[in-house]
Order: sequence, then structure tokens, then C-alpha cells
Amino acid sequence: MSLQPSDVEKIAHLARLAVSEQDTPAYVRNLSNIIDLVGQMNAVDTTHVTPMAHPLDMAARLRPDAVTEINQRERFQAIAPEVDAGVYLVPKVIE
Amino acid sequence: MHTKTIAELSHALHKREISSVELTRTFIERIKRHNGALNAYVTVTEEQALAQARAADARLKKGEGGPLTGIPLAQKDIFCTQGVKTTCGSKMLDNFIAPYDATTVERFNHAGAVMLGKTNMDEFAMGSSNETSFYGPVKNPWDLSAVPGGSSGGSAAAVAARLAPAATSTDTGGSIRQPAALCGITGIKPTYGRVSRYGMIAFASSLDQGGPMARTAEDCALLLQAMAGFDARDSTSADRPVPSYSAALNDSIKGLKIGLPKEYFGAGLDKKMAQLIEAAIKEYEKLGATVQEISLPNTHLAVPVYYVIAPAECSSNLSRFDGVRFGYRCKAPKDLEDLYKRSRGEGFGAEVKRRIMVGTYVLSAGYYDAYYLKAQKLRRLISDDFKQAFSEVDVIMGPTAPTAAFNLGEKTDDPVTMYLSDIYTIAVNLAGLPAMSIPAGFIGQRPAGLQIIGNYFDEARLLNVAHQYQKVTDWHSRVPVGFE
Amino acid sequence: MEWETVIGLEVHAQLATQSKIFSGAATAYGASPNTQACAVDLGLPGVLPVLNAEAVRMAVKFGLAIGATIAPRSVFARKNYFYPDLPKGYQISQYELPVVAKGSIEIELEDGRVKTIGITRAHLEEDAGKSLHEDFHGKSGIDLNRAGTPLLEIVSEPDMRSAKEAVAYMKKIHSLVRYLEICDGNMQEGSFRCDANVSVRPKGREKFGTRAELKNINSFRFVEKAINFEVERQIELLESGGSVVQETRLYDADKGETRPMRSKEEANDYRYFPDPDLLPLEIEGAFIAQVKTTLPELPDQKKQRFVTDYALTPYEAGVLTASRELAGFYEAVVEAAQGEAKLAANWVTGDLLGALNKAGLDILASPVSPQALGGLLLRIKDNTISGKIAKQVFDAMWHGEGDADTVIQAKGLRQVTDSGAIEKVVDEVIARSPQQLEQYRAGKEALFGYFVGQVMKASEGKANPAQVNALLKEKLK
Repeated sequence: MSLQPSDVEKIAHLARLAVSEQDTPAYVRNLSNIIDLVGQMNAVDTTHVTPMAHPLDMAARLRPDAVTEINQRERFQAIAPEVDAGVYLVPKVIE
Repeated sequence: MHTKTIAELSHALHKREISSVELTRTFIERIKRHNGALNAYVTVTEEQALAQARAADARLKKGEGGPLTGIPLAQKDIFCTQGVKTTCGSKMLDNFIAPYDATTVERFNHAGAVMLGKTNMDEFAMGSSNETSFYGPVKNPWDLSAVPGGSSGGSAAAVAARLAPAATSTDTGGSIRQPAALCGITGIKPTYGRVSRYGMIAFASSLDQGGPMARTAEDCALLLQAMAGFDARDSTSADRPVPSYSAALNDSIKGLKIGLPKEYFGAGLDKKMAQLIEAAIKEYEKLGATVQEISLPNTHLAVPVYYVIAPAECSSNLSRFDGVRFGYRCKAPKDLEDLYKRSRGEGFGAEVKRRIMVGTYVLSAGYYDAYYLKAQKLRRLISDDFKQAFSEVDVIMGPTAPTAAFNLGEKTDDPVTMYLSDIYTIAVNLAGLPAMSIPAGFIGQRPAGLQIIGNYFDEARLLNVAHQYQKVTDWHSRVPVGFE
Repeated sequence: MEWETVIGLEVHAQLATQSKIFSGAATAYGASPNTQACAVDLGLPGVLPVLNAEAVRMAVKFGLAIGATIAPRSVFARKNYFYPDLPKGYQISQYELPVVAKGSIEIELEDGRVKTIGITRAHLEEDAGKSLHEDFHGKSGIDLNRAGTPLLEIVSEPDMRSAKEAVAYMKKIHSLVRYLEICDGNMQEGSFRCDANVSVRPKGREKFGTRAELKNINSFRFVEKAINFEVERQIELLESGGSVVQETRLYDADKGETRPMRSKEEANDYRYFPDPDLLPLEIEGAFIAQVKTTLPELPDQKKQRFVTDYALTPYEAGVLTASRELAGFYEAVVEAAQGEAKLAANWVTGDLLGALNKAGLDILASPVSPQALGGLLLRIKDNTISGKIAKQVFDAMWHGEGDADTVIQAKGLRQVTDSGAIEKVVDEVIARSPQQLEQYRAGKEALFGYFVGQVMKASEGKANPAQVNALLKEKLK
């Protein structure tokens, strides 16, 4: 199955990746090859197989409800691109 | 000093024949001399290392400390190290000073080990040649025109070139075993859940597993002992006791049942590689092991299944790199969407973007069942193959990679060809099993690796089986020319 | 054409845990921005989630209270989308396998009928942070303190047919989660909020119309207003030949209207898949049985008991059990008033709730304690004061002038029961009203009230009304 440039544009938008027009053909080609590779899966009938989401056959372990974290805002925001008065800044969000 | 194993160095440190500071200086000097040619380290933490070495010496002087106290080692740059740049090989994290330590780092610190620096890697661990790193490719110490393998290429090259006695690494589809094989060293990928993933920057959460790289299985046993064990901060961490890995090393392997999957010896395997693996198996027969052919019939599906599951998980895991709270942010974003798209578009390299897009595609509406769910079902079949095999044999052996190290640039144009070089390692991650790669000879001047796959949580046996081989062979003690 | 409204609600109840659903950061409201956002909440590289046991326990408690099935195995999934208040680029939620499935609650309609509303599912998920739009020079500020707060999303069947029913349902859920002590129900702080799925269809048609999802509704009043606005908008649209578009709309409380959300304009593709960082949640029968023993008396049970034990009308019982606190207050009043249940119900639902409403106070902030109110009722019961004087006493108590006895004493409000004294007043009144007396005796019996009024006035309200009545009846013959 071959992807079209429009597919790549759609995927790139969903993944929030800027892809230039110039790079698009290479992505179309490479992604199509990869999708062809994984398409080999279709040769096997898996009707009665239970999906395996995880290698470990274990159940969730729960933690007790206790506050164990302290305020580390200064440390965390020291590595942030843009902060002001304790909040992270981004271009205006429109709801 | 730099050619000694950790076991030997630890002995000398405890007897005060050498100090950790001396040892650390030796390796720092070697890094300064050779890293230019190899590009194995992206960050060298000289001052911090010497401070840690001094602290270790103080402990040793008082007769305290364990087997790793004062031992220098390198951390793959995927493990968060507090106060030290943690890049994951990406421009995205070129400015990221981790505000906390990964559990693995914390455990090595606690054991008194000395961190020499952070090693180069494929960007976000996505690659089999270390060529996707933002910091440029790592060279193979055995042949500077060859790749070291990936994604833990920096760690493997550093250990092979004796720029560190050992290094940490991670394995999502072969990223410990394949570079270990290509660089002629020993590496173990533990059972999924054996080593905490906390603070290890995630690529594919259901496949990622950290483990050690060193020259010998004996050293790997010491390192894994420090890394393994339950961590309450990782929900997928296995809450079961850790056996003594060193204690079992010298057990006899007489009667050991080795399975050779016929699918690992078919077309695509380099003829010379096949001969070296057969020779290694002969060595095991001499040690009293029995060999039988087995079948892992779904082997050919491992690569396709992996290239659905790993990208799917990665596409989601890497969404947090959005230019808002840490990491790279594009210049002058004109709106929110522009901030996201350009920060990610400029911050990630081509291979990472490809995988994010593949993952986004296979999870998107209308394709989930055909790709993701299908892959999960096949994952079960692949895992069941191993279950069946381990009802008949104790360990499975075969080549780690189909060929010795390939040339730099040889496969960079074609991702699919690159993916196929992981054909023997990937199924192990899908099943969550432990596996090792140990040196088993050379093809020309480039090393070959023998892969040993074990049953769940059977690391002690793997290390024992590897150690017994290393007692009767010397492939693991060869030093690449120019790094003696 | 006659239209029928179809409504389904998604209620988000913040669970009252100490720490977040997947991290050990505090959940307390009102902290300085980002001081309660730890490495896990910020989605720093390498961090991992670990599930809070208390959040699970609370979800199970809710499931048991609505007679639902508790899933023996449920799965956390990732809902992938980019938004600045969503640090990881995905929300951890439950998708295909929620922890609670198929329950129901009963609501009372205006005409007194009871209607069962189905609850499709309730699942655990993490809350997002907040975007702040003011004061940042044209940029938005992101506060992630709320990120990772545990939510129980309660999804109803499309069983409601009017805005009033939707409000009744939301109130019932609100009451229930507070009874269960799993959510503080504070709507102003966003601890309890709801989205409404609204559609209309021609009456009698089976097929549902296209629905709009209304977001951001944070009060009972707004639910009603938002739905009514939306229903009218949809009907107008359909009647003028248009069609309803499936979309997410924001309720603007200031303008009293709904409008499409720009951030949700594009069709979302959330790419749900099981979160590989979390293993399936398995809940054993023994745990469920243990949680069952911790269930309090639920609103419906309490209401029934009030009707039976206190001989209240279903309406009174319903009002008094609307919240656990009010019901508790009422029962304390009954106890203090030595079992005067009916009188207590009248006073609590009448004067007390009226005064609280007027002052905008919660029952727990009532200036008159249950014991004090009970004390007042005892004075009515033993004829120390009349019901009318009691209102005056209550007013004084409300303003902090002391308990009933103190007020009665200080103001000299003790009821006059001395029949001699009352007779004197009655005689005086009759003596100065010859005209009225004549008319009354001529058959204008309505004037009886006049005499009662005059006597009460003359006694400053203190004469015992029963005695006044009896005496007047006698003397006016």
C-alpha cells in the first residue's frame, strides 16, 4: 500500500511535525516502504489470537495515597524555554 | 590499568594497590586522547568524576564499599543525570539539564561507582548504527570506517576502546546486543521489568530495558547486580528477588540444553558469521552442553510487528517534547500550532520523525485494527514460539546480527534495509526475554557476536553460560589496534 | 412540529485524594502556580506513572452505590492530542475497559414521578492543567497544578428529556459523590463539572438527532440555561431547513449562549491505545466486599427512613436528604428537640434554609446550631412561647443574641398561660369593640380573627393562642 503526499501531510499535522514541501517526497517514499514492510503481517490469520499489550503477565501495582513530592518549581522552571511569575508561557491559546 | 576487568580493578581498589582517583584520571586521559576519533562520549564529567572518585577512595580507605565502589563507568545519554546534560542524542534535548537522577544512575551512585560521562547514541535510541545522533556518528574502534552498531553505539565503542571499563545501555530492539556484537564486547539485556525504567527516556515503553555492557560476563554480573531490582516508581518493575549473579558464574554447564533456531541460520546470514557461530557452539559441546535444532516459526514476523508497536509507542512517548516546559523551542513562533510544529520539526531528526509518523499512522482512526491490534496478536504468537522452545531447551543460541559491522553510510539511505539488520534481536524484546551477546571471533578485523537467549528472569544462567565460554576463549580480551 | 429533547451528561468529579492519580504531588486547591506539579505531572523525560490506590477505592465505592458492575480487569489507555495544559501530549484515561460499568440512579421529576437514569460507565482519568489567558502580554500562561488530579468521569445514557431532568440528575450525582465522601463537590473550584450531549428529534421518532457537546458547565443553573439555549438553537436551525453539525460548543455564561469551540474545530483523532507504562487494573471480589462495608447510608435509603421513622412527606424527606450534611443537621435537631421530628422538619426546611439561602450560607456555616434550634423547638413544645414568637426568637439567635432561653428571658417573650390574665385581656378587647361584637353575634363569623388579633396585639403576642381561642369562643357566644 502506497501513501500519498496528502496522507503524509495529514499524519505530520496529527503529530505536529513541520515537514517542508521539499522533504515530503522522501517521507512519502520511506513511509510507504515501511508500511509495505509491516504489511507482511497480513499473511497470518490471527482471528483467535488474544492481543498481547505487554510482555509481563502482571496486574497494576497501586501506591498508597500519600503526598511525597515537594515544591521544586524553581528547579523545574530553570530549564523551561519561557516562564513568567511561575507559569509556562505559550502563544495565546484560543478555546 | 585500562585493560583490566572490573573484577580485577575492584580487587586492586580494595587492596589499595590503586586509588579510584588514579583510575579515573587514567580513563579521563584516554577519553581526551581517543574520543576525537571515536565520538563515543557526548559529555565528559571530569570534575564530578574526580569528586566521586575521592569519595570512593575515602570509603575504601575505611574498608567500606562494595564491588563497584571506585569503579569508573559511562552512562548512556538516555539516563537522566541530575545537573548533567541529558540529550538522548537529540537536538531536542541539547539544552536539557536533567533535574533528577534515573533509578539506574541513583543505584550506581549509591554503589560508589564513578561516572566518567555520557555516551553518544542514536537519537532517542532509534537506530542500529549510531548514525542518527545529533552529535554525529560514533566510529567502531576495530575499524574507523565501520559503524559501532546502535543505538548504544557510544557505550559499546567506549568499552571496546577501553575508554571505560563498563557502560550502561538500553535495548528496545537489540540496542545492547547488536552494538556489543559489532564492537566485540559483552552485553546483557535483562528480562523486561528486571531493571527500572524510571529516568530512562522512553522510546517504546513495552520494549525498553536497560542493562550493562562490559568486556566480560563476570563484569556484567557485577553491574547487573547493582542495576536490577524492584523500583516503586516504575509500575512495570518486577517485584521479585534478585539472585546473586556472581555466585552462579562458575557452575558447570554439563548437560545444558542449547536450542538452535533453524530460522536464525537461513538466507541472509553471512557465511563467515555462520561458521563462527558454529565454532562457538562446538566449544559449548566440548563443555558438555547438548545441542538440538528448534524452530521459532514466526521469526520472520518480528521485524514487521516491531515496526508497528515500537513506532506506535514512540509517537505517543515523544509527544511531551513540545517546546513548552523543557527542551528545544523554535524561534519566534507565530502561534501555538507553529510552536509545536516547528519545535518538533526542527528539534527531531529524520529517523525520529519517520518513526513518529509511522506510529501516528498505525494508531489513527481506521488503521488501528489492521496494524496495531494485528501486531499485538502476532506479538503473542512470537512470544508463544519462545514458550514452546523453552519447554525443550535451557538456552537458545544464534548470531546476534546477520553480518559484522557494516560501513558508515552504507544503510542510511534506506530505513528498511537498516531495520532488517535487527532481525535476530527484535523478537526477544517483543517477548520480553533476557538475552546476551558475547564476542565469538572476527570477520576480517570486525568482531562477531554470539547471542544467548534465556527464559524469563534467567539472567543468572545466561551469565553463567557466557562466563564458561569466556573461560575457554579469549575473544573478549582482544584490544582493537591503536587502543592498547 | 413537536420536538423531543435528548440529553446525556458526562460528569467529571475530582476525587478527594490527598495525592494525584499517578504521582505523589498534592491535590490541594489554590496553591501558587506550578508548585504542586512534580516531575511526573510535568511529563519530564523518563518519568513514569504509578496508580493511586485510593482513587481506585473511590471509583469502586461509586460503582457500588449506583449498583454497577465493577470490572475485574480494566485498562488505562492514552488519549493523544496536543494542548498546552496537557503536558505529556496524551491524557491517561480508560477507554475500552472502564472500571465501572452499567449502573443507574433514580431522579424525581417535578410531578413527583420517579425516573431511572442509566449510567453507561464511570472511568478513572487524570485532569489537565489550566491555561490562563490574562496578564501575560498576549500570551497564555500554563499552570499545571491541576494536571494529574484524579477524575471520575461518569457517563449517563441519553435518558434525559429536558433541561430540568438533566439538572435533577446532576444534583443527584452531586449529592451521591458527597455522601460517599469521594468528591468535595465544589463547583466553583471545578471539582464537579459537566459536559452535556444535547440533540433534538421529532417527537415519536426512534433515531437520535445529531448532537452537540456542550463544554464548561460549572453550575446547576448553567446546565439548565445552556441546554435550553442549545435546544432552541437546534430546533430553530432544523425548522428553518438547516441541519445540526456534530461539534463541541462552549457555554458562555456571560452571554448566556453556546458557541463552537475553535480549538476543537478539526475532527480529532485521539489514537487511543493501552498505556504501556501501566499494567491492567485487577480488582478482586474480596476488595469489592471490603469497600461495600464502608458504604454510608445513601440518599435514597435515608429518604425512605425519614419518611418511615419521622413520618415526613416524601417531599420533606427529599429536601432534607439532598445533602449528607443537611440530613445530619436535621437529625441532630430532632435529637435535641427530643423527637419533635415534624416540627424540626418544618423549621429546618422553612425558617432555617430560608435564612441560610438569603445569607448565601452553607448548612455547615449555620449561625444557629442544631442543638440551639432543638432548644428553641422544646420551648415551643412546652408552650413557653408560641410558634409566632419563636420566629422572633430564632431571628435573635441567628444574630448571635444567645440561645432560646436567653433570648426569651432577655426580651420577656415568655408566653402568657395564666388564664386569669388572658381573660382580662379578652374582656378588655370585647369591651372596646361593641360594634364588632354585634356584627359577630349577627352571624359575621369571620370577625373571630379580628378578636384573636386584637387579643394577641394587646398581649404583645405572648398570650397562648389556644387559650385565647377557647376563651373568645366562650365569651363571644
